[in-house]
Amino acid sequence: MAYFIRRLFLLFITLVLVSLITFAVFQIIPGDPIRIMLGPEADETQIETLEKELGLDQPLHIQYVDWVGGAITGDFGKSIRFSRPVSDLIYDRIPITFSLAVLSVILVVIIAIPLGIYVAKKPNSLMDYALSTVTQVGMAIPSFWLGMLLILYLGMTFSFFQISGYVPWSESILGALGTLILPALTIAIPQIAVSFRYIRTSVLEQMQRDYVRTARSKGMREGSLMYRHVLRNAMIPILTVFGLIFAEVVAGTIIVEQVFGLPGLGSLLITAISYRDFPLVQGIVMYITLIVVFINFIIDILYSIIDPRIRL
Amino acid sequence: MQNVFKKLVPITIFFALFLVISACSTGDSDKNKDGSSSQEINIRVNNDPDFLDPHMAEASITFQMLLNIFDGLMVGDTDGSLKPALAKDYSISDDGLTYTFTIRDNVKFHNGDPLTTEDIMYSFERLMGKGSGKPLTSNFDNIASLEAPDDKTFVITLKEPNSAFLSYLTAQDSAILPKSNDGKHNEEPIGTGPFKYQSYSPQNNLVLVKNKDYWKEGLPYLDKVTFTFQPDDQTALMSLQAGEMDFVSVGAHRVPEVENNFKLEYQNSNATLLVGFNEAREPFNDTRVRQAINYAINKDDIIEAVFSGYATKIGSNMSPAMGAFYEEGLEKMYDHDVEKAKNLLSEAGYPDGFETTISISSHAAMYTDVAQIVVENLKEIGIKAKIEVVEWGIWLDRIYKGRDYDMTIIDFTGKLSPYETIKRYQSEDSGNLVHFSNNEYDELMKNVLLETDENRQIEMYHRAQEILAEEAAAAFIADYQIIWAMNPKMEGYKLYPYFFHDLSEVKLVD
Amino acid sequence: MKRLRNVGKHINLLLGGAILVFFLVMMTVSFFYTPYGVEEMDIPNKLQSPSAAHLLGTDEFGRDIFSRMMKGTQTAFFVGIVAVGIGLVVGTIVGGISGYLGGWVDEIIMRVIDALMAFPGIILALMLVAVFGSGMWNTAIALGLMAIPGIARIARSGFLQTKEQDFVLAAKAMGIKPITIMFRHILPNVSSPLIVAASIAFAVAILAEAGLSYLGLGVQPPDPSWGRMLKDSQPYLVSAPWYTYAPGVAITLVVLGFYMLSNAISEISDPRMRD
Repeated sequence: MAYFIRRLFLLFITLVLVSLITFAVFQIIPGDPIRIMLGPEADETQIETLEKELGLDQPLHIQYVDWVGGAITGDFGKSIRFSRPVSDLIYDRIPITFSLAVLSVILVVIIAIPLGIYVAKKPNSLMDYALSTVTQVGMAIPSFWLGMLLILYLGMTFSFFQISGYVPWSESILGALGTLILPALTIAIPQIAVSFRYIRTSVLEQMQRDYVRTARSKGMREGSLMYRHVLRNAMIPILTVFGLIFAEVVAGTIIVEQVFGLPGLGSLLITAISYRDFPLVQGIVMYITLIVVFINFIIDILYSIIDPRIRL
Repeated sequence: MQNVFKKLVPITIFFALFLVISACSTGDSDKNKDGSSSQEINIRVNNDPDFLDPHMAEASITFQMLLNIFDGLMVGDTDGSLKPALAKDYSISDDGLTYTFTIRDNVKFHNGDPLTTEDIMYSFERLMGKGSGKPLTSNFDNIASLEAPDDKTFVITLKEPNSAFLSYLTAQDSAILPKSNDGKHNEEPIGTGPFKYQSYSPQNNLVLVKNKDYWKEGLPYLDKVTFTFQPDDQTALMSLQAGEMDFVSVGAHRVPEVENNFKLEYQNSNATLLVGFNEAREPFNDTRVRQAINYAINKDDIIEAVFSGYATKIGSNMSPAMGAFYEEGLEKMYDHDVEKAKNLLSEAGYPDGFETTISISSHAAMYTDVAQIVVENLKEIGIKAKIEVVEWGIWLDRIYKGRDYDMTIIDFTGKLSPYETIKRYQSEDSGNLVHFSNNEYDELMKNVLLETDENRQIEMYHRAQEILAEEAAAAFIADYQIIWAMNPKMEGYKLYPYFFHDLSEVKLVD
Repeated sequence: MKRLRNVGKHINLLLGGAILVFFLVMMTVSFFYTPYGVEEMDIPNKLQSPSAAHLLGTDEFGRDIFSRMMKGTQTAFFVGIVAVGIGLVVGTIVGGISGYLGGWVDEIIMRVIDALMAFPGIILALMLVAVFGSGMWNTAIALGLMAIPGIARIARSGFLQTKEQDFVLAAKAMGIKPITIMFRHILPNVSSPLIVAASIAFAVAILAEAGLSYLGLGVQPPDPSWGRMLKDSQPYLVSAPWYTYAPGVAITLVVLGFYMLSNAISEISDPRMRD
């Protein structure tokens, strides 16, 4: 129990540090939110009025203290760019980014695990080398370019895919898939290479263990050997990798959402940064960090359940 | 061991099949491709509106959409002239101080309330910050009094004559809002225009629906208009081709890809693309240096490379879209001439050129494209220019507001009023990015506001443009065209010399 | 067949090495020779398809894409080397101190690193570029700062594992200064994971530069950068596909080269990865 409490406390500390880093960056980053929003034709009178109204004439540390005060009570303030509550904006985006991330992870799982197990059983076969090279190419392509090529060659060919924008699941399941599969694939492709490699290595490692040889010599069927023993033991390192992959997927949504015009958290964050929308940036960064840290936390916990020795 | 793999293979194959099958079975139902019966269109817009409240909004891209929701007393027509809108009629007193408007009958706001002079009064007072102490514009600082002698008449009295005043009375600068909606203009905007606000989802779309009680009989035709925000040009074009969008702006170099399947409209954007110098700094305080740079820059090359020829060369900060106010011929003043440029540079004391920096914003590829050509052009006369690209926010802060730069590239959007279009070159104007300073120009611009005779005004504006060109206030490059590609079924779209997607007369025809 | 397998066994080393050698040669040549000047415009001949005169065609200003691609190798390697240099030096020192000293120093450093790693890298780079400005040096520095937390973490775990080993304990007992122990004794023992990490960081830096370029930041013209070329070629994806494929394939290959190299190194230093 003490372990969990300690982990939770560390999670909290990380969040505080992230918010401080964001604050520190905004302290030195040049640019004025109102001016960016209104552009060069803006009327100086209007700029002044708006700054006063939004409290932007206050120094940033006061704004930050106000923000912390609000955040403790669950109020994340109002976005400057969109003049709406930050929490509303974030909640609107969560389904999109979440669907995208989950779909990406599913793609990684259903492609990388079978491939990894397959080559682990035939290590050093030509297939093994070919797959490891091909998947690495997937890692090496710049994601926005990959997205563009997918749009060009798949999106434009099959009308099933909607090239940009988002159709909510509630409206049409097929429609939602049509908007999400290509971006999910763009995010998943580089991750497939990473996880494929890890799965291969850890399955391979288990298969060379003594217990596998013993089981085999006792005539255990290969199938149940694989499922009951090898995969189970190989799961621990695989799980860690999926923790990392989830973080990468969340990061991957940022550029990919931009390419596919998906109004998710990532594109909201890029906009918020370029508009110097301090409350919105803080809100989203906190949220993304919370997810990433939380996933790692869950994985650590799972880890310690699977292998109780790992309790630091 | 083999059978494990055998179990996994079907999963992979199943998924692959699923992808292929679902790809073939088209989910067209939600794509509105038929269009025969439904009068609904989807328009791509690059960016979100800054505000839905038209009094707060400033960006031209916002008004492109919002002008469908709101009206002003006046409206700018397709030729740039001003016409009465919510005012049925107006008169200006001989001294140019009193503007009397007769308000149109039977105008209703989208919430069903009739338009009253009280709403008009409220709208102007809100803009002027009366009561709130928070003025939203300085345009109306010149107003001495507002009166509504009866419920069909509205009178504005000025402190001093201003020939540009009428142009401040359009929905861009003074949309008429219902007083009853006070405090909610940004959340639930209500106007009198052909379309009503239905929903706004940030970074996704703005949806408008037909206003059945629109004061122009029989209009509009469309039932629903969706403005979809899409920052990526490439994606936008592809979604047009995929039938997801009906109306998209396309880059000039993309024309061959769309000209066969879509209807194209070419709009002079009434923008001024220019290379500006910081004239408070050496060596740009010397007119000869600025002239030399003007001679060195090859405007035709820029127009060809950056706009594939779809741009009009200009010679001062005004586009031919401004009609009679535009002074023709200035664009020929600095034809590309390296020798002349070198001589001028030597005369100014820089025979070997100098080093400088061109600071531009990263938000549009246009600036970097132009900058690269300018650098090459300047190299020919010995000026070594470095390109510095900064974020839009930093450009506005450091270069526009802070004036901390040597050279920059920017495009200024044109206004309906010639005065508004070129006022920034007055020495004391807060928008005088290039620190231009010329006494004759300042005098002219002050006097043109007091001038009531339109022909005299035109002459004065012509002279003002000449000064900008002769003194090389900047290197004025071009007014680039915006090319709209639209669903071939779309009819009735009109082009304006300002940013406005006028959808009131648009319909889809088979 | 057997021979093919042998090639396969070392495919990461062979192919990765070949790719990198190819680009290194191209970079070296580009210092002395490119078929055309990289900034030389020829607007009437813009967007020409590949020909004998222009091996990879011309871009929207009529510049020779092949020459620009060659010169782009310099930018890619410059950004990579500076970014990895910063990441490696600072990361190793910070991670080394954290791992070697342990205790509250370790605790503080690790919390900051956790916080930085929870930040998506591209966002961190975006914010840093906003602070420093764009351009070749600033981008490289921002990407270097981005690489620090990851490398620090790897250095820390290496130092943590090694510091309990006998030779370190012996050195401590002999009264050798901690700095000497850290860098003379421990560092060589943790160098292989660090080299792997550096090689990956190199690949990541090149990809991140492309990502920043897509957002309009990153290395700026007229410095020829592949990321920038890739962005500039977007509008011509359909009408002039050779333009987008040249930088796209170059980035993919170099990044692939570094990934393969990193795999090759980890295979060599940890033979369990490949038997």
